[in-house]
Amino acid sequence: MKAHIIILPKKAVLDPQGKTVRGALEHLGYTGITEVRVGKFIEVELAEGDRETARRQLDEACHRFLSNPVIEDYHLEILD
Amino acid sequence: MHFAVLQFPASNCDQDCVHAVRVLGHTAELRWHKDNTLGAADAVIIPGGFSYGDYLRCGAIARFSPVMQAVQRFAAAGGLVLGICNGFQILCEAGLLPGALIRNRSLQFRCEPVFLKTARFDTPFTRAIPRDRLLKIPIAHGEGCYFADEATLSELRAHGQILWQYCSATGEVTERANPNGSLLHIAGICNTAGNVAGLMPHPDRACEAILGSTDGRFIFESMIAALAERPLRNTSPSLPSPPASAPAPVARS
Repeated sequence: MKAHIIILPKKAVLDPQGKTVRGALEHLGYTGITEVRVGKFIEVELAEGDRETARRQLDEACHRFLSNPVIEDYHLEILD
Repeated sequence: MHFAVLQFPASNCDQDCVHAVRVLGHTAELRWHKDNTLGAADAVIIPGGFSYGDYLRCGAIARFSPVMQAVQRFAAAGGLVLGICNGFQILCEAGLLPGALIRNRSLQFRCEPVFLKTARFDTPFTRAIPRDRLLKIPIAHGEGCYFADEATLSELRAHGQILWQYCSATGEVTERANPNGSLLHIAGICNTAGNVAGLMPHPDRACEAILGSTDGRFIFESMIAALAERPLRNTSPSLPSPPASAPAPVARS
C-alpha cells in the first residue's frame, strides 16, 4: 500500500516561488497560465494493513507534522 | 543569570549565543536536542541555524525534539524563552508563537544589517532598550517572511504582541525597509503572556563593537533585568531542582 500526499501553500499565502515560475513560463511563451503554486509531493510506503486505519493515521500526521495548517493545505490519497 | 542555549543538528549560532551571554557577564550552557531537561536555566535561547537541515519546513522537525518538550513545560511555567532566526521558526512551528515564517518575498537569502523599531518597552525582551533608539542588528535568512491570517494579525495588534518592526535608518516603517516581505513589517513578536519571544534578526551577532553594533545587548540585558526581579529559579514542578553548586560552565569555549 502507498500513500500520496500533496502539500500546497494556502491560496491566501503569498507564494513567491509559484509567482516566479509563472513569470518564467510566460517568458518561455506558455501563455494562458494564470497562476502557479509550488508545493511538495510526499510518497509514503505502507505495510499491508487496514486502509482506513492507515488513512486516519496519515491524516493526523499530515495535520500535525507533514503540513503546517497556518500556511498549507494538503491532499491525502491512499493507493493499493 | 544562567541561560540554556539549545543545540540541534545543524544549529550554527549556538556558540554565538553562548558567547554573547558571556560577553554580558553571565553564564550559558548548551542543551543537546535529545536532553529532556533544561538544567538550572533561568532562561532559554533557541539559536539560529538550519536545525535538521531545514527538512520538510524550517523548525518542523526540531519542534518535536525532547528538549523542545522541556521548553514547552518551561514556557508554560512562565520561563523566559527567546528564539532567534531558526529559533523563531521553531517557536512558531511549536505553537508557542502564532503565525509562520515563509520564503522571503524576493526569494533571496538576505544577509545584512537592518534597523528595527521597538513597539513597546515594557516587556522582558525590550525593557532595557532606550525609548528613542533604533536597533541596528543583522539578519541572515531565506525564510523570514512573517505570515499569519487576518484574525491572528488582529490579535497580535490587539494584545500588543508585535515587539519589533523593520524600519529605515531614520525610523520609517516602509516596504523598502522590509527585507523579506513580512506582514505588518514584523521582525519579532511575543506570546500573549509575554514570556516567549522570537525575532528573525540576530542580537547575538550585535553584542560587541568589533561586530559593527552593540544594539543586540539591549535585548539580552532586558531579559537579564526581568530575571533579576524574579525568584531565583524557575519553580515549575516539571523541572528538576537546581543543583546545589553553581551552574556548570559551558561545554565548550
